[in-house]
Amino acid sequence: MNIIKLLQHFTSANLNNMPEGAMSRNQAFAHLANIGKGIAMAAAPFGAVAIASSKSHARTMETPTEALQLALTLEYLEAEYYQMGLDSGVIPTGGREEKVFMQISKHESAHVTFLKAGLGENSIDKPAFDFTAGGEFDPFNDDPNISEAVSYAQFLALAQAFEDTGVRAYKGQAANLMDAPDLLKAALQIHSVEARHASEVRRIRGLKGWIVQDNRGDGIPEAAQPVYNGEDAIMQAGFNTATDFGADAGTEAYDEPLTGTEANNIANLFIVT
Amino acid sequence: MKKIDVYPKYNRDRRSFLKAGGAGLAAAGFLLTGCSDDDDGGTPNPNPDPDPDPEVFDLGSGDLAVLNYAYALEQLEADFYAKVYNSFYAGITTQEQSILTDIYYHEVIHRNFFKAAISGVASESQILPALEFDYGDLDFNDRSAVLATAKALEDTGVGAYNGAGNLLKTPEYLLLAGKIVSVEARHAAAIRSLINPDSKDFAGDDIIDSSGLDTAKLPSEIIPIAADFITTAFTANNLP
Repeated sequence: MNIIKLLQHFTSANLNNMPEGAMSRNQAFAHLANIGKGIAMAAAPFGAVAIASSKSHARTMETPTEALQLALTLEYLEAEYYQMGLDSGVIPTGGREEKVFMQISKHESAHVTFLKAGLGENSIDKPAFDFTAGGEFDPFNDDPNISEAVSYAQFLALAQAFEDTGVRAYKGQAANLMDAPDLLKAALQIHSVEARHASEVRRIRGLKGWIVQDNRGDGIPEAAQPVYNGEDAIMQAGFNTATDFGADAGTEAYDEPLTGTEANNIANLFIVT
Repeated sequence: MKKIDVYPKYNRDRRSFLKAGGAGLAAAGFLLTGCSDDDDGGTPNPNPDPDPDPEVFDLGSGDLAVLNYAYALEQLEADFYAKVYNSFYAGITTQEQSILTDIYYHEVIHRNFFKAAISGVASESQILPALEFDYGDLDFNDRSAVLATAKALEDTGVGAYNGAGNLLKTPEYLLLAGKIVSVEARHAAAIRSLINPDSKDFAGDDIIDSSGLDTAKLPSEIIPIAADFITTAFTANNLP
């Protein structure tokens, strides 16, 4: 008996089982359109939209529409970032890293398309981004005084920060989608893709694929520490995750959420308008 | 108690398994439990049900069922990686050893967490017992076999959590599942990258669809996969 073949067979069989997924997506969109009615949302960039804030890491108070608008903002940011990275030539061509970032770029663009369609009339316009964060970074090597190697290191560092932010932001919005089960499912399906991206980018940077304590890793400035704050949580529903193998393993084993406000604040570092 | 509307699906899955892999599935006990009195003459259960009730353990209903379901999957992952960790395959690199050790730690922590979490909200008899496992002819000394199984388990785990999220009623449980699933996805990417470095397989087109979505599967789709390794019979009568 070949267990692996069995599992792989099952996996591909289900992946091709699109009708069910497609249907629930349509239902999700219909649901979302209904939710959207009666909610007055300005068609403004996300940065200008007031979001109910909460200090709590556990739960926030966004509506499903707001939750997906936050998601779309982050996807716009990621999609543009990777496209610009690929266009700039800063990513070494012909090897692993080009393949990786082309794949990530493809996914982020697909997420934008998916969320825009899902939000429909509640969709938001793409903000204008400044990935130098006011001259702090040069991820696309626009500055002739900065070497390509340094620019690329910055490109990788920001990619890691964006992916880890995405993972934490989607996680923080999950509870806000509980009344819209199909949207929740889709958001979770994006969430785990962001986590796969994060793992790969972190490993390209020579880090573990998982977040140790609240360490951001070399090459990420202090200003980006909010991406990792709170990741050092040890207690999970009263269970001490450090008991078995110590705090590093315990904190690695759980990714923590960001509230909408926290995620928005991180995105705003790179949003001009 | 709602009864076995999921079984036609199980049976269909079972047929496809049998067709794909031949007879002699270790999980026959699980798959047929509750269908009828049919005993199938399958593999003897090496872990006799401690419950005096002749019925096998059922995961329960509501959030408890989902937690028990996750606990079953984490038991499987923890057991698998313990075997990997206790006797690493020949020729393992330092990097592979580091990754597999970390994942072993994480899965054991997840398993112990679920046991504690379920114990906090359910009586002893409602907690899924310690399961037993059988990996058939899987050669734990063979790198490609170990990594391929790890990949399958991690991808399956991600799909399971993604599909179970909207079965949960309690926001705190959803959040906890979310905290775990992204780590499973990080594992999946790392394992895939070990298997096929210098590729896009960490989030390959074989697992991520054209909308950029990962898999999401129902318990009735996942349990037959996991049951291929799990020899302890249990049912999930109240899960879709």
